[in-house]
Amino acid sequence: MDAAPILETRQKSIIQKGRKKQTIQCESDSEAGCVSQRACVYCGARVVLNPVADALHLVHGPIGCASYTWDIRGSLNSGADLYRNSFCTDLKEHDIIFGGEKKLSAALDELIPKFRPPLVFVYSTCVVGVIGDDLEAVCKAASSKYGIPVLPVQSSGFIGSKAAGYRAACDVLFRLIEAPAPGWTTDLRPRLNYLGDFNLAGEAWIIRSYLKRIGVEVNVVFTGDSRYEAIRGAANANLNIIQCAGSMHYLAGKLEEAYGIPCLSVSFLGLDDTAESLRAIARHFKNEDVACRVEKLIIEESARVMPQIKKYKERLQGKRAAVFVGGGFKAISLIKQFRELGMEVVMIGTQTGRKEEYEKMDTLVTEGAVILDDANPAELERFMLEQGADLLVGGVKERPLAYKLGVAFVDHNHDRKHPLSGYAGAVNFAAEVYSTLGSPVWNAVKGVKVHA
Amino acid sequence: MLDATPKKIVERTSGGMINPAKTCQPIGAMYAALGIHRCLPHSHGSQGCCSYHRMHLTRHFRDPVMASTSSFTEGASVFGGGANLKTAIKNVFEIYDPDVMAVHTTCLSETIGDDLPTIIKQAEMPEGKVVFHANTPSYQGSHITGFSNMTKAMVTYFSESTLLEKEDRVNLIPGFVNPGDMREIKRIAAMMEIPCIMFPDTSGVLDSPMTGSFQMYPEGGVTLPELKKTGDSKLSLALGRFASSDAAGTLEKKCKVPAITLRTPIGIKATDAFVMALRGAFAMEVPRELEEERGQLVDIMTDTHFHFHGKKVAIFGDPDIVAAMVEFSLSLGMQPVHVLTGTPGGALGSGMAGFEEEIKELLSAAGLNGNVKSAGDLFTLHQWIKNEPVDLLIGNTYGKFIARAEDVPFVRLGFPILDRSVHSYLPVVGYHGAMRLIEMISGALLDRQDRDAADEDFELVM
Repeated sequence: MDAAPILETRQKSIIQKGRKKQTIQCESDSEAGCVSQRACVYCGARVVLNPVADALHLVHGPIGCASYTWDIRGSLNSGADLYRNSFCTDLKEHDIIFGGEKKLSAALDELIPKFRPPLVFVYSTCVVGVIGDDLEAVCKAASSKYGIPVLPVQSSGFIGSKAAGYRAACDVLFRLIEAPAPGWTTDLRPRLNYLGDFNLAGEAWIIRSYLKRIGVEVNVVFTGDSRYEAIRGAANANLNIIQCAGSMHYLAGKLEEAYGIPCLSVSFLGLDDTAESLRAIARHFKNEDVACRVEKLIIEESARVMPQIKKYKERLQGKRAAVFVGGGFKAISLIKQFRELGMEVVMIGTQTGRKEEYEKMDTLVTEGAVILDDANPAELERFMLEQGADLLVGGVKERPLAYKLGVAFVDHNHDRKHPLSGYAGAVNFAAEVYSTLGSPVWNAVKGVKVHA
Repeated sequence: MLDATPKKIVERTSGGMINPAKTCQPIGAMYAALGIHRCLPHSHGSQGCCSYHRMHLTRHFRDPVMASTSSFTEGASVFGGGANLKTAIKNVFEIYDPDVMAVHTTCLSETIGDDLPTIIKQAEMPEGKVVFHANTPSYQGSHITGFSNMTKAMVTYFSESTLLEKEDRVNLIPGFVNPGDMREIKRIAAMMEIPCIMFPDTSGVLDSPMTGSFQMYPEGGVTLPELKKTGDSKLSLALGRFASSDAAGTLEKKCKVPAITLRTPIGIKATDAFVMALRGAFAMEVPRELEEERGQLVDIMTDTHFHFHGKKVAIFGDPDIVAAMVEFSLSLGMQPVHVLTGTPGGALGSGMAGFEEEIKELLSAAGLNGNVKSAGDLFTLHQWIKNEPVDLLIGNTYGKFIARAEDVPFVRLGFPILDRSVHSYLPVVGYHGAMRLIEMISGALLDRQDRDAADEDFELVM
């Protein structure tokens, strides 16, 4: 297929390193008529809150928004699993005309006694935003009736982008957080909140185990495998570390403002970033013991995984990767992680990356690499081919696209099947990259260059 | 344990859903539109809708699913989405160059009240290109309703009666089934040497072969000239009344093409009815090869009937598939004791009885009396199963939660199937499809028997 033309309005969202000095256009609305890989406000709020495992998540709207988000994200939990059920008010035409408040109230009256959740989230969808149901009032009434928090999530799909949904979710989480417990002072032992890990494939558990080993207590993870009780006490911490900054930066800001909890950006993707993040935590606490334990952990874990990483690196050296993921933090880490494997990133993009993140990517990639925001499939195809990518890292919708081009693929989104965080994750990642690039199935693809 | 469902059934009156057995209209419309050659479906609503539908379809078919969106923002929701749609139409033809753009609405654009025909009329589009639409409010019906509405729109916009005498050809409206099923239905018509136009036809689109290049518009799909010619066909067969009868009925009214509504041809009876309808209308002999396939199926049914006889089964999913599967289960001697669909009410425009009446009639003819529900959810189904356990569960991927909690063998059938592959390439319709279903059901039951057997009961020959 000939390369599809690129819309003039899209040109500003695509830059090539080293060609000419320019800034990328990002954090803007998608062009109508594009086959965008982006989602909506509701989607953003839903993915952030979904891992709160003991909450009842009630979607207020017609059925679709509930159906498409029923247990889609492999956020693992250690016990409570109410969140893996799908609850919806299933609004009908009658409700659209006369308002959905009554039905929402009735649904809450039915569900709360039946499931006895400690907490309910009520998600607003597009149509609820248009008909103007007063969610706040209905939720407040239910809350006082049942004595549990019932919180509206202002996530009508059209009021912004997925990032607006992250903010809506953070607003709700912040409402749940109570003032520090009496007697809690910030100079106590190291105790942090870990923000922006949704425990996909159990990743937050790996990081928890590292933090335990270095003598740092994890107060609550937002929101992987979290519970209402833990979230309430989030103010009893003396540091917030943020991994997925796109989704959690806002909450960290609010916690800093309200309770003076400082925050630190981290990334546990790849060996270097994991080590550097642990060291940064130790530096923050100015704690000798923690610092020593960090160095010990790095030595032990590196020794354990390096032989394997080295083995993969030998086989992957010189391969070219394309990356298209949701947010900027992951994109940045992936550039470094591929470098650890001897691979070069030749195309990189995100759905919702921020300007400073794109600038960072620009400094990290090699000359000629293409950087693009909110790309559509035609652009992904064109640049993967032009740049000679051997591998694409992406999400659900990118996978078959890569395969059709005869390009190997790694899911770094909801459909990942093993943890990609920390040292263990770095080995999993290398193994997956190797197994997809080295698969004999590519030999069966006629007329396409054979990998590995 | 992954089981939040209490055994005790308390009547629910709020009208809400717990663990739905349906999804919304637009995804059905998007799937139907993909069955037109060189067509780009367009979602007139927020970005999330389009993204979710593409994701869900991609997970089921494991193929790229292309569709564009009007990308509604707050402004569009206040001032109407007309400007967005016009921009979208211009951009879509400029950048993606389809022959046809199939616009469907969403709950948002329906509630705002965008007047699609007028907006489309006013939009700029290149010579020879076509934009058509279907109204698919998410707050009515289900994904099956959306599929039906988009299929009907193909008739409303494109079918024409141009000849005094109808041509010797059948319109086959397959309903919301997999491309593998559509291929099989066409194969049967071809074996009988009866020319056909299938619409929509996603074979060759969502089961397209690997060629080493990405094709935005794969080879398959019904073409616009073919859609036009449906008005000159001698007969329409609507396979599955919920998904297909509205289009067939509209074509009958618009172009005087007689319509017959049949069950989705799953199982021996429904396939017989399909073959007989073709034979009757076209006075063609049933070819020896097809007789042979049927004979093989009957042979298999007799060889294995003791595996199935008296087994209690729960069946859920989309109404057309479920009705046909209930009929086939009865042919095999199984007892469908719980039957449920998420899709509400009767079939649009069919003037026929609702889902519940249809299933109850099938069951009572077999002397059975089971739980039957339309507009139901999987919470209800799970409660039924807790109160009256079954030997087998048949339905889409979401059944796996129930199958695990109740430790019941599970056969995946319908849409969506998100956790297994290849299903969309192979048929469940026709005599071959029935053989495949028997293999799946019998495999599930016997694997279970092997797993549970004590050493002394473990048998080599079964």
